[in-house]
Amino acid sequence: MTKVSMTVNGKSVSGEVEGRTLLVDFLREGLELTGTHVGCDTSQCGACVVHVDGEAVKSCSIFAAEAEGAEVTTIEGMAAPDGTLSPLQQAFQDHHGLQCGFCTPGMVMSAAALLKENPRPTEAEVRDYLEGNLCRCTGYHNIVKAIMAASGQEAAVAAE
Amino acid sequence: MYAFDFERPTSLSAALKALGREDAQALAGGQTLIPTLKARLAQPSSLVSLSALAELKGVRKDDAGRVCIGATTPHAVVAREAAGDYPALAALAGQIGDPAVRNRGTIGGSLANNDPSACYPAAALASNAMIVTNDREIAADDFFEGMFATALEEGEIITEVRFPVPQAASYLKFEQPASRFALVGAYVAKFADGVRVAITGASEEGVFRWEAAEQALSKDFSAEAVKALAAPAADGMIGDLHGSSEYRAHLVRVMTARAVAAAR
Amino acid sequence: MPKDFGIGANSKRREDVRFLTGDGRYTDDINLHGQAHVAFVRSEVAHGRLKGVDSSAAEKMPGILRVFTAADLSGVGGLPCGWQVTDRHGNPMLEPKHPVLAEDKVRYVGEAIAAVVAETEAQARDAADTVIPDIEALPAVVDMKGAVAEGAPLVHDDIGSNLCYDWGFVEDNKAAVDEAFATADHVTSLDLVNNRMIPNAMEPRVAVGDYSRATGDSTLYTTSQNPHVIRLLMGAFVLGIPEHKLRVVAPDVGGGFGSKIFHYAEEAFCTFAAKALNRPVKWTCTRSESFVTDAHGRDHVTRIELALDKEGHFKAIRTDTYANMGAYLSTFAPSVPTWLHGTLMAGNYKTPLIYVNVKAVFTNTVPVDAYRGAGRPEATYQLERVIDKAAREMGMDPVALRRKNFITEFPYATPVAVQYDTGDYIATMDKLEEIADLAGFEARRAESAKKGLLRGLGVNCYIEACGIAPSNLVGQLGARAGLYESATVRVNATGGVVVMTGAHSHGQGHETSFAQVIADMIGIPEDQVDVVHGDTANTPMGMGTYGSRSIAVGGSAMVRAAGKVIDKARKIAAHLMEASPEDIELKDGKFTVAGTDKSVAWGDVTLAAYVPHNYPLEDIEPGLEETSFYDPANFTYPAGAYACEVEVDPETGKVTLCSFAAADDFGNIINPMIVDGQVHGGIAQGVGQALLEGAAYDASGQLLNASYMDYAMPRADDLPSYVVDHSCQTPCTHNPLGVKGCGEAGAIGSPPAVVNAVVDALQRGGHTDVTHIDMPLTPSRVWAAMQG
Repeated sequence: MTKVSMTVNGKSVSGEVEGRTLLVDFLREGLELTGTHVGCDTSQCGACVVHVDGEAVKSCSIFAAEAEGAEVTTIEGMAAPDGTLSPLQQAFQDHHGLQCGFCTPGMVMSAAALLKENPRPTEAEVRDYLEGNLCRCTGYHNIVKAIMAASGQEAAVAAE
Repeated sequence: MYAFDFERPTSLSAALKALGREDAQALAGGQTLIPTLKARLAQPSSLVSLSALAELKGVRKDDAGRVCIGATTPHAVVAREAAGDYPALAALAGQIGDPAVRNRGTIGGSLANNDPSACYPAAALASNAMIVTNDREIAADDFFEGMFATALEEGEIITEVRFPVPQAASYLKFEQPASRFALVGAYVAKFADGVRVAITGASEEGVFRWEAAEQALSKDFSAEAVKALAAPAADGMIGDLHGSSEYRAHLVRVMTARAVAAAR
Repeated sequence: MPKDFGIGANSKRREDVRFLTGDGRYTDDINLHGQAHVAFVRSEVAHGRLKGVDSSAAEKMPGILRVFTAADLSGVGGLPCGWQVTDRHGNPMLEPKHPVLAEDKVRYVGEAIAAVVAETEAQARDAADTVIPDIEALPAVVDMKGAVAEGAPLVHDDIGSNLCYDWGFVEDNKAAVDEAFATADHVTSLDLVNNRMIPNAMEPRVAVGDYSRATGDSTLYTTSQNPHVIRLLMGAFVLGIPEHKLRVVAPDVGGGFGSKIFHYAEEAFCTFAAKALNRPVKWTCTRSESFVTDAHGRDHVTRIELALDKEGHFKAIRTDTYANMGAYLSTFAPSVPTWLHGTLMAGNYKTPLIYVNVKAVFTNTVPVDAYRGAGRPEATYQLERVIDKAAREMGMDPVALRRKNFITEFPYATPVAVQYDTGDYIATMDKLEEIADLAGFEARRAESAKKGLLRGLGVNCYIEACGIAPSNLVGQLGARAGLYESATVRVNATGGVVVMTGAHSHGQGHETSFAQVIADMIGIPEDQVDVVHGDTANTPMGMGTYGSRSIAVGGSAMVRAAGKVIDKARKIAAHLMEASPEDIELKDGKFTVAGTDKSVAWGDVTLAAYVPHNYPLEDIEPGLEETSFYDPANFTYPAGAYACEVEVDPETGKVTLCSFAAADDFGNIINPMIVDGQVHGGIAQGVGQALLEGAAYDASGQLLNASYMDYAMPRADDLPSYVVDHSCQTPCTHNPLGVKGCGEAGAIGSPPAVVNAVVDALQRGGHTDVTHIDMPLTPSRVWAAMQG
């Protein structure tokens, strides 16, 4: 067991982990931040996406020890401290961008990373960026719509 | 995953020392290795993370005009930082996996693993890249030794990959629908002294140079020149539920012709 | 213009806030004090004699509590099957035992052989890895027709055959159908495969068993679409626990699509082991495990024939289907290719004579059961494909041929035993032609041709039977349970309402849409209504959510219960206003005496019910809470018309889906936004089946694509935005809301549209010999078809 320390959602945290402990397990079990989900074991579904030092990372594909000293943001860190949803989260609700909710944390974290890199993406760019996030419920239509709306492109949403 | 020790050395010498131990394994971005460990297909005694070695990260240009990429540079960084000097290489990096994978996966990890469907081996082979290790320099032509096999010795790690910049180049991949790895990927690089064509995804021997296309394209760098060729032999191509060996052979020609047409 | 609240409003989903902030509580988020973890040792061979299990190494591993094999499960019964089909000859289907852990044989790759319980998940997995089953491999039975051939190895030796049943429907029609074919002007026949699907709800299954020695109560937390069904099946048939000592909780569930209806071995094991070890036992399925343990879907091999007269009128349909059951009968497996499939074979058309034959077959593969649509997609696919082929053979426009045969008068009794109450297939087809701009296809085709791409158009209709089901009817058909639904409507003293429903929401948004109905009925804000589901301890016995039944059956129960509440409240209001109950009206949360300005607020009435100081205690009891069990009089029959356009790359065979349009008739709509979302998701699953997905077994029974590396899930960039419309509404005549259900339509209607479009593209592109390609239409398959 080794000790790891990092900042998660603005809070300094530390814990004992095995070498094989993945970041997602440290978040879910060590810190009880169960918003980050595990939907596969081959790094494809994206339900576990978090931000590590500002970049989208699949937390099932990075060891907790690799995040030593890192700034980690999870879905629990996306809303304002008073609980007000971020504009992106709000857009997901407004446009019915989620159904069962299981892929949603990863979707939101990926979408947030996209909008940071590319504040006004086209629909094709949104779809391309979501390549690593699987959703079985929505058929992606309303996820794409929500992200377009969150980028201020309501017109593109209203057009269809 | 089986249990293992985890080390994250901060100097290359410490990393090499750690890798000298029995059954130690280097960990670069982990985007292939971690799923492999989860499937219990590997059982290292210790994992030696290269992520804290600053000297292995970055994109630079050397005096010979080569684009040199540190072994642990993530794909996303290559996609951004090589875009000006070697756009075809940057474009390839920007198509590997998905955005989250590109933020972790590295060129060194990809080349050392030499997955027969990976993208980077095609770039290295077609560009006639030099693969630099802690110990020596290995030409791409000598580096790839078949599916998941390379010239790397036990404990040897890639430190940098140096890409000569072609006059024109392009990589096009036809994706396997599930994994999105290359079912067939064709990298075409036109140099002053000839054209190199590397194919990934197709062959049971891993990445290879399609010499018939190289010869034809060295005379006439056009999609038509490729279309006039017979597809390579299906014998030795991968056949699986995503496509027969005949289909892959056919795609080699199609994707090569398209890559030539797209080369800039 | 949608309303701003209540029925018909696009109310935002209240459940979203917890899912968007990481506050959802899925089963894997539950960790009980002192819990142990189980890892299962699973068979790596498809068929073999299990001669023993060597767990000696595992038992010495750190953290191990106990290794269980079948011998340790004394008193545990087999997993029951909830439906008994009777074959053509009047005999019951063959029904082998389905053990929790393999006994004498292993019968599919993935079957659980032993269960290793340890302090941590990692320890359990490490130890499970050292358990060595002694298996004498036997030849595997994978191909269905091979399975029923003379001399095939038997999956279950004791039942003597791999043929579960040979079902004919309607058997009495057979001679007349054969005669119609013998005399028909034209017969089109088509051999096709309805590919085997792996459900892949994004949340893998999880079970946590708990037991209290102090009370003798068992609790199971599980990823289920129907906790009461699990309690019934597991309690009564597997573990012998009476209902009052067993609580089943299905908290937030991350999608089901059918795969979480069924009672699985792991649920029973965790509940059993919690008692045996006197501590909670948790199992979390990995995705790799889910590929080989979640019940698969579809997997039919079919020949369909359509007889027509010269003008293109349908005269008869005859089908011959082999349906894969897998190695064991999953909970509702026998019903899927029979009563959920044969009864839909009339589709939207007047075909006087129909005969359906289904042979259900055991193979050494994962059990197969209901998957989104369940039987109805299989019926729709073959029918809509053969119609397209017939149109081409007869030189007729495929839309015109469909229109010529539409059922136009309702109610309509089909020759396959169901009665459609309402529908308007002309209206949905008209709507489709408009929203899909069918008239503009030729211009779009020319544009594609300029890019060197072959464009095709696929159109089809579908009908489904939802709102399963009238209990007395399904009882005759072999169901071993009732299929009513329940609701309790509890009004609190201050006027807020809690609805406790036996239905379960795992993405459908019931917490929002059910509240909309109640708010509408009473005239109170939606936020004064809460919906509780998923826990047998606080919901009335109900059959859960599947088959697009929740609003049609569960919603009806809720409306009935709310109606009883309102009737009682009206009496209280009448007392308070010294009027007659008959004169009392409820509107906008206020009771008024008709024709007067006398009124009393909802909240004053509810308060009086709980503080009955001025109250007709001699006539009515205090309190305001009612329960209803609703058993539907018929199925509901949503229907629609779908169209899609594709581009085929002639060099690579790659199919790009350019557009998808759906015109559906779901009857009345509670929340249009949610309905749109249900259709979107269904379309994506249907497109996935048509273009990407399909379990591939090799001859030895190994699943070749048992991970996302090889099983292609639809991703955002595989799909376009869809155009969906549900403005054509013929309300259901036999339920109080006039609703039909919308959960499965997209998955039922979309596969034939896609395949019709690809075949159309190839035909128009000169590949006139390509009349069919089996799903999934992967680039390599389409390319191979083009090679001839």
